[in-house]
Amino acid sequence: MQTASATTAAPALKAEARDFNFFYGDVQALKKINMPIHDKKVTALIGPSGCGKSTYLRSFNRMHDLYPGNRYEGEIRFYPDNTNLLSPDVDPIEVRMRVGMVFQKPNPFPKSIFENVAYGLRVRGEKNRRALDDKVEAALKGAAIWDEVKDRLQDLATNLSGGQQQRLCIARALATDPELLLFDEPTSALDPIATGAIEELVHELKQRVTILIVTHNMQQAARVSDYTAYMYLGEMIEFGKTDDIFIKPQDKRTEDYITGRMG
Amino acid sequence: MNSCAMTAPPAPDAPVVSNRLAKNAMRHASERVIEALLFAAAAVSVLTTVGIVYVLVSESIQFFQSVGLVEFLTDTQWTPLFDDAHFGIMVLISGTLVSSAVALAVAIPMGTVIAIYLSEFANPKVRELAKPILELLGGIPTIVFGYFALLIVTPLLQKIFPELPGFSLLSAGLVMGIMIVPYVASLSEDAMRAVPMSLREGSYAMGGTRLHTALHVVVPAAFSGLAASYILGISRAVGETMILAVAAGMQPNLTWNPMEPAATITSYIVQVALGDLPHGSIGYQTIFAAGLTLLLITLLFNILGQWLRRKFRENY
Repeated sequence: MQTASATTAAPALKAEARDFNFFYGDVQALKKINMPIHDKKVTALIGPSGCGKSTYLRSFNRMHDLYPGNRYEGEIRFYPDNTNLLSPDVDPIEVRMRVGMVFQKPNPFPKSIFENVAYGLRVRGEKNRRALDDKVEAALKGAAIWDEVKDRLQDLATNLSGGQQQRLCIARALATDPELLLFDEPTSALDPIATGAIEELVHELKQRVTILIVTHNMQQAARVSDYTAYMYLGEMIEFGKTDDIFIKPQDKRTEDYITGRMG
Repeated sequence: MNSCAMTAPPAPDAPVVSNRLAKNAMRHASERVIEALLFAAAAVSVLTTVGIVYVLVSESIQFFQSVGLVEFLTDTQWTPLFDDAHFGIMVLISGTLVSSAVALAVAIPMGTVIAIYLSEFANPKVRELAKPILELLGGIPTIVFGYFALLIVTPLLQKIFPELPGFSLLSAGLVMGIMIVPYVASLSEDAMRAVPMSLREGSYAMGGTRLHTALHVVVPAAFSGLAASYILGISRAVGETMILAVAAGMQPNLTWNPMEPAATITSYIVQVALGDLPHGSIGYQTIFAAGLTLLLITLLFNILGQWLRRKFRENY
């Protein structure tokens, strides 16, 4: 029901999970998930640890393909071309070219700042030095870290502070102009000030890219997201506009979690 | 005694405290003993090294009293046992370096490629099966490799190069390379597997293929470990004896051509040590001078390796 009302409020969809099941070997980690992802909006996934929110997030760029024994069932439709991201016919590399990801722990490559941001461009075969320079600069500006690193682009990225590393990872993901950006608890390893910077960045980024963010910090979900989904034990319990979910949750379990009685 | 009796109230506590102290002292003593044992174990290896260096240096000093350093380094002949004795160590160094270069030209590329395959491409079952077998190759006695080189590889090579002599640095070097492959592969694979999965995921998430990830993220991140494995390979090659003694011929021959037979430092030492040289003779002392040279060469490569590791250390 909530799904239907949300869809009418914001018609443009970027992606949509349809009867999506996921298995780690024989263990079913996600159960019949149906959920829209609205274009150029921030959608937050909340829920207690182990509820499957990260598993769900990592399905959008087929990260599970890296490990043996994982299995998808159902569909994640990707718009505007209406591709099923999970189809075996769809090359996971093509998916990852369109869906960027920022991880829980900043994971810059042990390379220079410049090479980190240029990485995705080089993967795509970009060799023109001017184009690389321009795109790296634009991405670093987009991730609000340009002013801090513009004079030391050749320094090792791993020497940056944790918050800077995470913004660098966002720049790295932005450099290739993804259509959907996945954030897997991007601030859980950061201090409050760095967290604030990332949240502000997420808010700005939704002008140009659709964002799906996993967080176990409900204040964060309330601050940054337009839509929120509450997951529990591999199921999508409730999805709706963030204000609705936090002010008048329909499901008892959502209410318990949000009010701190559970989780 | 008297004071003990006088201070009656604290008396019940006193034995408890002293007991505890006694236990502490016991523990302290046993810790001491363990520490001494551990120190002794560590000291044995250090003292052995010191002893080896001492013997090499002291015998070499006597050698250099009769042969000048310049002659030692510049003479183009090595005939210490002839009446017309020459002591040009470059003759042996050239054989050592050429055979090692051939071996490393095989071992480093092959070992690295195998390590990349096992660490980044092979499925876990293949890896679990292949790695022990590969390591088994490292356990084959080198004398077996030596005869393998002499009796199988040399005849095969002679089909390609008919002019190849029965003993050659090429054949010995190739087989030596095969012998070193497991060391390089195994250590390189360990280094690459130690690269955290989060870095690989970062690369895959950017649309990187397995090959791109392996070459542009995993190999650079593991480079200090790879360098260490290469240095170990070099040390093995420079110090390898039996394969060269069997398959490379033992004629002292100043050559940079792998198609020729030649003696190396190690094969010379084997050859001379097998004979009955009188203690203290110049021939006897050449063993130590050659040994010292070998030690310095390996030391040089080790220092180079340390420098490489520090220069390319990528912390993740």
